[in-house]
Amino acid sequence: MMVEHRPVLAFITHAVLILGAVVLAFPIYITFVASTHTIEAITKSFPLVPGGHLVENYLRALTVGPRDVGATVGTMMLNSLIMALGITFGKITISLLAAFAIVYFRFRLRMVFFWMIFITLMLPVEVRILPTYKVAADLKLLDSYGGLIFPLIASATATFLFRQFFMTIPDELCEAHRIDGGSPMQFFFDILLPMSRTSIAALFVILFIYGWNQYLWPLLITSDQSYYTLLIGIKRMLDVGEGQAEWHIIMAATILAMLPPVLVVIFMQKQFVRGMTETEK
Amino acid sequence: MEKRVVFRNNVLPYILVAPQIVITLVFFIWPASQALLQSFLQEDAFGTSSAFIWFDNFADIFTSEEYLGSFRVTLVFSLAVAGSALSVALLLAVMADRALRGATIYKTLIIWPYAVAPVVAGVLWFFLFNPTVGMVTFFLKSVGIAWNHTLNGPQAMTLVVIAAAWREVSYNFLFFLAGLQAIPHSFIEAAAIDGAGPWRRFWTIVFPLLSPTAFFLIVVNIVYAFFDTFGVIHAITRGGPNYATNILVYKVFNDGFINLDLGGSAAQSVVLMIVVIALTVVQFRFIERKVHY
Repeated sequence: MMVEHRPVLAFITHAVLILGAVVLAFPIYITFVASTHTIEAITKSFPLVPGGHLVENYLRALTVGPRDVGATVGTMMLNSLIMALGITFGKITISLLAAFAIVYFRFRLRMVFFWMIFITLMLPVEVRILPTYKVAADLKLLDSYGGLIFPLIASATATFLFRQFFMTIPDELCEAHRIDGGSPMQFFFDILLPMSRTSIAALFVILFIYGWNQYLWPLLITSDQSYYTLLIGIKRMLDVGEGQAEWHIIMAATILAMLPPVLVVIFMQKQFVRGMTETEK
Repeated sequence: MEKRVVFRNNVLPYILVAPQIVITLVFFIWPASQALLQSFLQEDAFGTSSAFIWFDNFADIFTSEEYLGSFRVTLVFSLAVAGSALSVALLLAVMADRALRGATIYKTLIIWPYAVAPVVAGVLWFFLFNPTVGMVTFFLKSVGIAWNHTLNGPQAMTLVVIAAAWREVSYNFLFFLAGLQAIPHSFIEAAAIDGAGPWRRFWTIVFPLLSPTAFFLIVVNIVYAFFDTFGVIHAITRGGPNYATNILVYKVFNDGFINLDLGGSAAQSVVLMIVVIALTVVQFRFIERKVHY
């Protein structure tokens, strides 16, 4: 909102914004540049413009993989995708069901369950690292997709978001449905679910990013390379000890690790902004 | 708020909440209670015997110079992350709010780093500031600054703060911009007619109206710096050099998983739980009702 027209102010405005955008993008740009050069070029000459080894580096990362990690970037991307989608669909599904129960039924323990779900907000994995690992180990979930997904799918945020949304749905819809003799589950699938589309889409974007970017939990429970997610793999590539890190391959893998969530934010920006502002309230 | 019209069924609601409740009990409440119990126990290294020792584990950690150091490091780290991410984001949001042309493009260019995982942010900045292959290191050397965050504590702290704040700028920007756009245009115009320039208008009108958003973001940023920056530390410094960046979350992981100190790690977990609970209470009691846009 520019009230007066002062060319100097307009100039400063754009200059600050461009500088901000450039500084924010700079590390990603340099990473991309490094992913298109040979390791010799990276270590000797600090390239600032893309080189000619893009295809070669990415193909090697995807199909052969970095040395000493034991899995290709292709496999690790697939694992990351399975985990991210598993977490996203898992969270949305169980939160929709829980919110439906809490809003549309009266039953004993309802409030107990409500508070139990609320408490999960205060228990991030970081504060219960060892015992959660032990539970996963006892349930034979180490090195499995189930282990990557299930412990992360409880969601107070999603449950409360759906609860809030269901509260705004007019009672008449439910009443009419009951008079017509419809069952609760029909009401859920035929009326609630279609009406929740926008909320689901917004949550999908936020949760996909959340799932794809998980790091601590996969780090704890994967020791078998075939279950490494891409973020774990990148960290392993850096830990080369005495040897020279394969920067060109690491940088290609890093770009590939950023690609899915960044594309989701850019192309689903409306849902992303909606999801951010709604889940944080 | 309750629904007037509900379904009557004695079994279905329990089936519907079951998945969420089972996951919550098995992976949240049970482990948290185990951490609580464990924090009062002393176990030998093989896990064969344990003794109830009341608050000894807590006494141990609060008299340990290493733990107190970690607490100080975490405070410095989170204040630096929150302070820098908030001020940069506020500046950019105020500018984006002023820009009539290109506002959408700027918005896209500024919010996308949020999609980058903390550990990846760590890798990006680690590469730029790498003592041997880093471009920024090379540049700093040419202007007479010797950069080596693997040896120099303050430099290591600076680097992890930059990496952690970098992606949080995007997040704060989004909320500040939403807050700015919710301020009625007439307020600004009225002040302008009364002769207040942009600088004065910002501090007397815009900033006070934005303070609920800012307060909410401060809490969110501190929570982020405390709990979500494990990846940044793990990728860049592993808590070093000489514990200079050994934040609490990294320490609890290290003591539990690498050093296998069960009681100490559990006591640290409990302290962290108290921190989250306190921050969550602050967030819900003082912010919920005030932030509306």
